[in-house]
Amino acid sequence: MDYAGSDTTTGPEADHQGPRSWQTDRSRAPAVTKIVIAGGFGVGKTTFVGSVSEITPLRTEAVMTEAGEAVDDFEAVPDKDTTTVAMDFGRITLESDLVLYLFGTPGQKRFWFMWDDLVRGAIGAVVLVDTRRLEDCFPALDYFESGGLPYIVAVNHFEGTARYEPEVVREALSLPAQVPVLVMDARKRITVVDTLLTLVGRALEITPGRL
Amino acid sequence: MTAAPVISAVGPVARAAAPGRRTARVRPYSLTGGRTRFGHVLLVETFVAASADPDEEPAPAPGGLAARVMPEVRAIVGLCRRLRSVAEVSALLKMPLGVVRVLLGDLADQGRIRVYGTGDATGRPDRALLERVQSGLRRL
Ligand SMILES: Nc1nc2c(ncn2[C@@H]2O[C@H](COP(=O)(O)OP(=O)(O)OP(=O)(O)O)[C@@H](O)[C@H]2O)c(=O)[nH]1
Ligand SMILES: [Mg+2]
Repeated sequence: MDYAGSDTTTGPEADHQGPRSWQTDRSRAPAVTKIVIAGGFGVGKTTFVGSVSEITPLRTEAVMTEAGEAVDDFEAVPDKDTTTVAMDFGRITLESDLVLYLFGTPGQKRFWFMWDDLVRGAIGAVVLVDTRRLEDCFPALDYFESGGLPYIVAVNHFEGTARYEPEVVREALSLPAQVPVLVMDARKRITVVDTLLTLVGRALEITPGRL
Repeated sequence: MTAAPVISAVGPVARAAAPGRRTARVRPYSLTGGRTRFGHVLLVETFVAASADPDEEPAPAPGGLAARVMPEVRAIVGLCRRLRSVAEVSALLKMPLGVVRVLLGDLADQGRIRVYGTGDATGRPDRALLERVQSGLRRL
């Protein structure tokens, strides 16, 4: 790819409103924060992000070795195989000077190397669950339970499949009583916003007030 | 040619080296706690922008990292005419996140890229920020 020759002034972003005012003012930057959406393959992470994002979800890749280390070097390690991990993300400008990013990340344990970095500074995580493959979310739950990051469980309900009450899911996942569980639809913006609000509410519950 | 698939996995940056020559190893710049050597915090959501008008950029010193990966560096600086997050730079230029962070870290340490928002960027959001996010989401 010829980087120098490509038009990088506007970039291939698809934001239907065009550039936001904060993007064109380099004298200051908005406050920025993020939420992580974790879950197994095909559970609806990218759909979830796309339902609220003001840009078409963008894909970024991290390269890791088989040993599970991130590669931040130009020369790959010759004796180790590497894999690429894709992460989709979206963006919401909540105020002219407040931006929220949503990062969808695969839930397998071998991606934990990426999460330590990804969750730093995050509001918390939404663990997305498909009740037909409940076990896919176990690694993500284990990770967030042990890391102390606020998290909630969102059941992405695919129509035509059995619908379980949140309390049934809570029991099946042996979730502590204080962790919110809700049933939503990753394609419906309103339920995605509700899910995000539930997470922020949970984060507020466990964030100490100013003394 | 055991290294070939590995290089293609790292992407365009690896191809910036002269053909037939082994890419010189860039110092493995460890980003402990998401920080570069000079203390810039480069999380995925961290905003960056060009410090000066990219058209007035000086030519990089020959032999340095910037000269070796010049097309990528120029692309980053060009893209950063506008405020971008680290993740956006990686996605829009299709460069792996780790590589982008090394380049951005280098550019920041050279003063060519400005990194916004430092302070307690690696800590958890405080109540004031959470409340702002909450009202923002309610307005959607
Ligand atoms: N019927 C239905 N389909 C959905 C729902 N959510 C996602 N899908 C579909 O399920 C498929 C997978 O959704 P994605 O959003 O790509 O899932 P993902 O978790 O990002 O998948 P990977 O990134 O490949 O792991 C897509 O074809 C979606 O259109 C839902 O709530 N109902
Ligand atoms: Mg996806």
